[in-house]
Amino acid sequence: MQDALIKDRIIRLVQSVSQKKEVPEDDENLFDSGFLNSFELTDLVEVLEKNFGVKIPDADVRPGKFMTLTKIEDYVGSLS
Amino acid sequence: MAFLRGFGACVPERVVGNAEIAARVGKSPEWILEVCGISERRWASPKVTVADLGVRAAEDCLTRSGVAAASIGMVLVGSGSSERRFPGPACVIAQRLGVPSGVPAIDLPMASAGSLYGMALASRLAGEFGNILVIGAEKMSTVVDLEPADPSTAILFGDGAGACLVSPDTGRLRIVDSVLHSDGAFAEDLRLGFDGVLTMNGMSVIMQASRKIPGAINELLAKHGVAASSIGLFVMHQANQNLIVRVAKSVGVAPDRFYSNIAKYGNTSSASMLIAASECGTEPGSICFAAFGAGFHWGALLAQS
Repeated sequence: MQDALIKDRIIRLVQSVSQKKEVPEDDENLFDSGFLNSFELTDLVEVLEKNFGVKIPDADVRPGKFMTLTKIEDYVGSLS
Repeated sequence: MAFLRGFGACVPERVVGNAEIAARVGKSPEWILEVCGISERRWASPKVTVADLGVRAAEDCLTRSGVAAASIGMVLVGSGSSERRFPGPACVIAQRLGVPSGVPAIDLPMASAGSLYGMALASRLAGEFGNILVIGAEKMSTVVDLEPADPSTAILFGDGAGACLVSPDTGRLRIVDSVLHSDGAFAEDLRLGFDGVLTMNGMSVIMQASRKIPGAINELLAKHGVAASSIGLFVMHQANQNLIVRVAKSVGVAPDRFYSNIAKYGNTSSASMLIAASECGTEPGSICFAAFGAGFHWGALLAQS
């Protein structure tokens, strides 16, 4: 899948979980900016698993891996 | 086979409301309630020890169970906030209760999951040792950073103790089974070092607990072919009301099936689950206990009438 399509899917998932229409900057900290709280970040991990058909091991469920769009994209890309 | 024979609890008299904490952390009382569901917590006076709280909870448990301290065959005490490295509170509590000299009293120096681990161990040891008194006792007010206050921990924690009597031959609920897990990969994310101040990566704790607690409950129930919908009551470590609601959702039951008293006591770490059990006040037919804490350690225990 093309990187742009992956990124678009991730943005839509972040917007869905956060219930915000804005598009965060690529390297914007989603927690510090108020886009996601701890529980929403956990929700995001679950929807990433469902939408990308992957199982994210608990060892990888660390805030740093999902804190920005770029990091999420990098992590999802590493699973394929 | 082992049974849950009775519960007991002790909380300090001093009520510390959100307004007092809010002033320390620069937040509003409403913000504290929103992020963790806590309205107030209890803090013990400086002279009160973890063992003091544990003794009072244990006495309550023994009274309510109709069992004398002389018939206790083992004492297990979970605590992550004991005042000294050794000896831990278990031997002190046993002696002050009047448990016969020579009876083993074992400390489980674990935050939050200590009571669950104690109950699980007791269920396996009761056949050999007889009545086992499991206690969770914490004085968390002494380990949170208050000067200057760390909002992520200062708002959460309270003091208290809970107790449970596990017997080999009789009780209100039969312990069916339990599952216990540990993963040291996250040891740095929730810890209490030699400096005596609790440090917590709250996001990591929430993310892991949100997955591991329902995972343990589902693992245990699936092992015994029990549907979550058939469980009378869930009693889990009272860490954060939002976490309790989330775990209920993940397990597939309404949040009101999870007993909660965190609003009035806060997070009392290893004491919380047994304080909740001593207060839930019903005979639900079956109870599923669950806990998660520093380590990380987590697990679940199923008991049925």
